[in-house]
Amino acid sequence: MVMGDLLTFTDRGIWCAAGDFHIDPWRPVARALLTHGHSDHARPGMGRYLCTDIAAPVVRHRLGAISLDTVVYGEARRIGDVTVSFHPAGHVPGSAQIKVEHRGEVWVASGDYKTVDDGLSTAFEPVGCHAFITESTFGLPVFRWPDDATLAAALNSWWAGNAAAGRVSLLGAYALGKAQRLLRLIDPAIGPVLTHGAIEATNGVLRAQGIALPATQRVTSETRPRDHPGALVLATPSALGGPWARRFSTEGAPAATAYASGWMALRGVRRRRAAERGFVISDHADWDGLTGAIQATGAERVFVTHGYTAVFARWLQSQGYDARPVATAYEGESLDAAEPGGPAEPGA
Amino acid sequence: MKGFAALYSRMDQTTRTGAKVAGLVDYLREAPEADRLWCIALFTGRRPRRVVQAALLRDWAAEQAALPLWLFEESYAIVGDLAETIALILPPPSRATDRSLTDWIALIRALPALDEAARKAAILDAWDSLEGMERFLFIKLLTGGFRVGVSAGLLTRALAEATGQPAATIALRLMGNWAPESTTYARLITDPAPQADLSRPYPFYLCHPLESEADLGDPAGWAAEYKWDGIRGQFILRGGTHHLWSRGEELMTDRFPELAVLADWLPDGTVIDGEVLAWAEGAPLPFARLQQRIGRKSVPRRLLAEAPVTLMAYDLLEHCGHDIRAQPYDARRALLQDLIDTVPPAAPLRLSPLLPTTDLAAARAGAREVQAEGLMLKRRASPYLAGRKKGDWWKWKVAPLTIDAVMIYAQQGHGRRATLFTDYTFAVRDGDAYVPFTKAYSGLTDAEFGQITKWVRANTLQRFGPMRQVPPAQVFEIAFEGIAASPRHKSGVALRFPRMLRWRQDKPLAEIATLDELREILRLHG
Repeated sequence: MVMGDLLTFTDRGIWCAAGDFHIDPWRPVARALLTHGHSDHARPGMGRYLCTDIAAPVVRHRLGAISLDTVVYGEARRIGDVTVSFHPAGHVPGSAQIKVEHRGEVWVASGDYKTVDDGLSTAFEPVGCHAFITESTFGLPVFRWPDDATLAAALNSWWAGNAAAGRVSLLGAYALGKAQRLLRLIDPAIGPVLTHGAIEATNGVLRAQGIALPATQRVTSETRPRDHPGALVLATPSALGGPWARRFSTEGAPAATAYASGWMALRGVRRRRAAERGFVISDHADWDGLTGAIQATGAERVFVTHGYTAVFARWLQSQGYDARPVATAYEGESLDAAEPGGPAEPGA
Repeated sequence: MKGFAALYSRMDQTTRTGAKVAGLVDYLREAPEADRLWCIALFTGRRPRRVVQAALLRDWAAEQAALPLWLFEESYAIVGDLAETIALILPPPSRATDRSLTDWIALIRALPALDEAARKAAILDAWDSLEGMERFLFIKLLTGGFRVGVSAGLLTRALAEATGQPAATIALRLMGNWAPESTTYARLITDPAPQADLSRPYPFYLCHPLESEADLGDPAGWAAEYKWDGIRGQFILRGGTHHLWSRGEELMTDRFPELAVLADWLPDGTVIDGEVLAWAEGAPLPFARLQQRIGRKSVPRRLLAEAPVTLMAYDLLEHCGHDIRAQPYDARRALLQDLIDTVPPAAPLRLSPLLPTTDLAAARAGAREVQAEGLMLKRRASPYLAGRKKGDWWKWKVAPLTIDAVMIYAQQGHGRRATLFTDYTFAVRDGDAYVPFTKAYSGLTDAEFGQITKWVRANTLQRFGPMRQVPPAQVFEIAFEGIAASPRHKSGVALRFPRMLRWRQDKPLAEIATLDELREILRLHG
């Protein structure tokens, strides 16, 4: 069978001509299919949207009054000449790989994904296809994530140690996904948990759709650190370096800061942040996750959209894939923004 | 090794001095004495020499990880550290061990006696039993690249606290020629009478930059000298033998053999703080000439003639065998003057002249003419202190030279800047062409680096490996301390300490400097 290009890359996003829709477009189009709600994948200004029922509350919360239709995982939808279905990507709650089928030819656009089960998002499922569109945020063999039990132990002993020393623990994490994953790893018996407004807003949306999270309390201008001794404060990475975070330090007891990110695997990045600790945790696949996922699809063609695209595509070529990097506006995991696609805050 | 790895992590994870000292004190009280000694040695730069070629380590690591070399190299370009790259790409260890720091170093020191196959086997075996920080540190020790962000002053403080001795005693014990292989913790740190060591230098007094002339108060209380642009050194003559130490506590005696004649003229028990300068016909030669001699352990005759050196004396620390650092600057200076008066003028020693303090700004402005970096201001009543202390000594550097230029290439930083484009190549205009003339990678804020990174990603014209070509659009003011002719560079010049002074978003491309203007700066200041 000679394969055509069922999906192509335009200056607006990933386009399906046969179905006349875009996947995760970054400029206004008539019809957008979204893999998930992070703002580099879900942007305002589209005519109508389609995403999973689990992703929908966050997408609505962020994009406001939009024309939004939903599907459940695995449900087949006919759009134009193609059949479309959404399959778990394991990245954040409701995140999906979008499968597009046309006359026996199958393409999958995976958005962002990770292959380990975080207990929060529906676990990643490999989807067989001819062509696979992958990210490569951490597409170098130096990235290998520790398991959740190791992470939880490190996180809790750091927090308990700070609490015993009378210090507040400040932990930087993305508002959607990472923050809630951390909430499920920590031991709430150690102390109270406070949250930055952007994180608490997302917590509210997820709780309302039935996702269980431990009790948290939003930081407001009235919050006095001394009323919450030994607290863990979850904040967006950009807020940690700024004036917002300063209220948690006192003369004798400066707050302990840490970041939770895949980038913390690199000592240099950790040091640039001047954080006391870096917890290596990511909602993107590590090297073994990426290579394993691609192998499981059985795809011959692979398109690499963001991250270490050129290097990762070259590696795939050396493994016999027809692989190439493509330019897109997706950003993966950044330490300088409140979340992927968000603005970098000066001085952050 | 676990205890040492935990200590290193503590040092690595905090920038707070108090936390670093506390971590060190704990370790220096609790670790076995042999490990303490090695810790002190490593933290003062006395690391084992590299025993295996870096390329071999890279090959073995790639082989163990079943990865091609090019992928190793790409990873290394991002991580920015060979030991860290190896530690990260190796498969997880298959077992655990509990060997001590001293044990691992003994293993490393035994490697040179083995043949290559046995060496490789020993190293692979070690890699397979270490993980995380321990694995990283072991490889750092193997490559001879161990470093830690702990100053000598901080280690001194911690040792003083851990042993109950005064910091000044500890500082003196740590100076000089000792090696961990030939001493013990007790002999180095706790024995009542430290062995008299004739080569032992005093800790250097270092200064802070002066922010405003107004901070000085009455100029009459100050002595002003040029801040000479050479290599700071301490010349020691004791027991008829001389030694020359660098500020980094490196012994430089053999690199500058012409200073040996000073032993004929100076009295025994003399220690002079000064600057080694390339010097001919009563004036300093360009720094580039001295540079030719820095990298060499021994000096060929031709170089001795081309770049002869002299010691420009700043201060006298020991006089006739007595430590005179507590005496006021004026008194020390008078003794230094008397000593130098007895040395014939042709000998490679001169006294750094005092400058009038009536118009310091004018003196500073004239510093570049004598190839000095600026002024040194010293309180006349001050003792000679140890380490970097504020208040009695200030450096007041000349304003840097500057030029407006355009960025034409950008490269991703590594290590702590792995996620940003931070290393730029700059060009001046030559007709319609842009001629690259320098690279710079410092001087901007993190927010500016972030903005430029976004711009580079969106405006890449071409990629050459990690390098991106960008359109000539972003204008920067480049500051530098000196300029020299360089046939190796396309532009014909090489800059000293180039950095970005400002991102000139207000400046149009048409207003950047031309190659002719750059050549004019070379003519004036080269």
